[in-house]
Amino acid sequence: MAKTVAITGNVACAHAMRQIDPDVVAAYPITPQTTIVEEFSNFVAKGQVETEYVTVESEHSAMSACIGASAAGSRVMTTTSSQGLALMWEMLYIAAGLRLPIVMHNVNRTLSAPINIHCDHSDSMGARDAGWIQLFSEDAQEAYDNTIQAIRIAEHPDVHLPVMVLLDGFIISHAIARLDLLEDDQVKEFVGAYQPGYHLLDPQHQATMGAFDGLHGNYFEFKRAQVEAIRNSKQVTIDVGKEFGAMSGRSYGLFELYEMDDAEVAVIVMGSTAGTTRAVVKELRADGVKAGMIKLRAFRPFPAPELAAAVRDMKAVAVLDRAESVGADAGPAYLEVRNALYDSERRPAIINYIYGLGGRDVGLELIRDVYSDLADLAGGKSVEAVSYLGLRE
Amino acid sequence: MTAAKLVAEAALRQDQYFQASPEYGPERMGAPIQAFTRISAEPIDIFCGVTNPDIVVVLDPTLLGAVDVTDGMPEGGTLLVNTADEPAVIREQTGFASGKVATVDATQIAIDTIGKAIPNTPMLGALLKATGIMDIDGVLEHVRTSFGKKFSQEIIEGNVNAVRRAYEEVKIG
Repeated sequence: MAKTVAITGNVACAHAMRQIDPDVVAAYPITPQTTIVEEFSNFVAKGQVETEYVTVESEHSAMSACIGASAAGSRVMTTTSSQGLALMWEMLYIAAGLRLPIVMHNVNRTLSAPINIHCDHSDSMGARDAGWIQLFSEDAQEAYDNTIQAIRIAEHPDVHLPVMVLLDGFIISHAIARLDLLEDDQVKEFVGAYQPGYHLLDPQHQATMGAFDGLHGNYFEFKRAQVEAIRNSKQVTIDVGKEFGAMSGRSYGLFELYEMDDAEVAVIVMGSTAGTTRAVVKELRADGVKAGMIKLRAFRPFPAPELAAAVRDMKAVAVLDRAESVGADAGPAYLEVRNALYDSERRPAIINYIYGLGGRDVGLELIRDVYSDLADLAGGKSVEAVSYLGLRE
Repeated sequence: MTAAKLVAEAALRQDQYFQASPEYGPERMGAPIQAFTRISAEPIDIFCGVTNPDIVVVLDPTLLGAVDVTDGMPEGGTLLVNTADEPAVIREQTGFASGKVATVDATQIAIDTIGKAIPNTPMLGALLKATGIMDIDGVLEHVRTSFGKKFSQEIIEGNVNAVRRAYEEVKIG
């Protein structure tokens, strides 16, 4: 039986870690770190987990220690945020290149400068090409649920890749919400025991990992294999999401469709703003407007053909990006969705909004403005392709 | 934030949905901050700042001169202030004409019952009376069980008395 609690998103993530009880957690315990590891270290101190908890001197070292422990055959987790993720940069690629199924929370917060501690998706968007699977969470419940599913996705033999579980800084991480925790035994059974395949401490199957492969080596082939692995993760993510649903009553896929059956206009959005968008869709539906929403959960791998199929019959679609890709003149999710539609015979008009940078609040009124623009666009009026939502001009 | 957590947990006991979030800034105890709470019988979708609060609770009355605490409040909203003044004085000071104004000397009640000038717990009692958002018995039960894990009987009874006294003493005008 699930237990209903009043806790913050960070505490929810820490409970998921406690229930998973990983072999090793290596983390940098100071700002920009979040309270997830602080809460988790309490569980360690109280003996509620068997985890070897390693505090290190930087986020770079945190990921390095995670890589070492994972290569040695351990189930490994860590957490980070913002500048912390930025400092991990080179090690992120190594974790993915070595095909290590490390699971990490990233509490989405912006990158300096100027100094700003608040939510946006700049940090993880910058890491989108590092080879990690990226799963966004709308609220604390999803952050908790995603953490548990991430273990299964990362460790699946067809995948064997690290997973980043993303949740919106402060809006979700520090807000107290109502959510359901699974029983410890349910989680234990769901994640099962880790079967590492090749690892460095197995003398019967000796292996080398990450060595210099020479000028004429197989780097190219390794990268190609990584691409195949992350493609495989789509089906695994869907299967694990269904299995999780059978256990918890909360199913997950690559994205969630809300009021999309007969929708003529829709917003594609990630993270907590999906909730605010849903509230606006409810209002619009009450007024008879055929509005829908797609909440994107998996950003890596990007579900391009699946999304193209989901929006093919629509009149107009807006993609909301909580990150700027400076110099690209459009947000990262928009570029991906637009690319996904290029080969479609039927496709909607599509526009982009950059919103919420540095924690700028996005209220119902701004989302209503987006749907109002979509109505114009669907009606044949011209709307600017890329615009800024909530910018002071 | 402590007060917001208390409200959220009390709401959970009564099978309500809620969101409680602080606005982060100066991280020093007692510094002026805003914190927001939403309570609903239905699951809450929206994840944005509260701009039109039905209820505003002011823990530090010295802020009344510096901040427009009634900004965005609808007609018929409730303004609750920790002060020894009468509601009429606060109504005059804030120019909040349309809704309900409630006052309670929560700091004094806290000093009398808990022994410290921390008005959070008594303000919860005043909030319950002024708004009727939750039943006081359930909240007192929650204070007893949640404080019971960490604090002595003396502190628990102090907090229970603080909630009850503020509930009885709050003036609504």
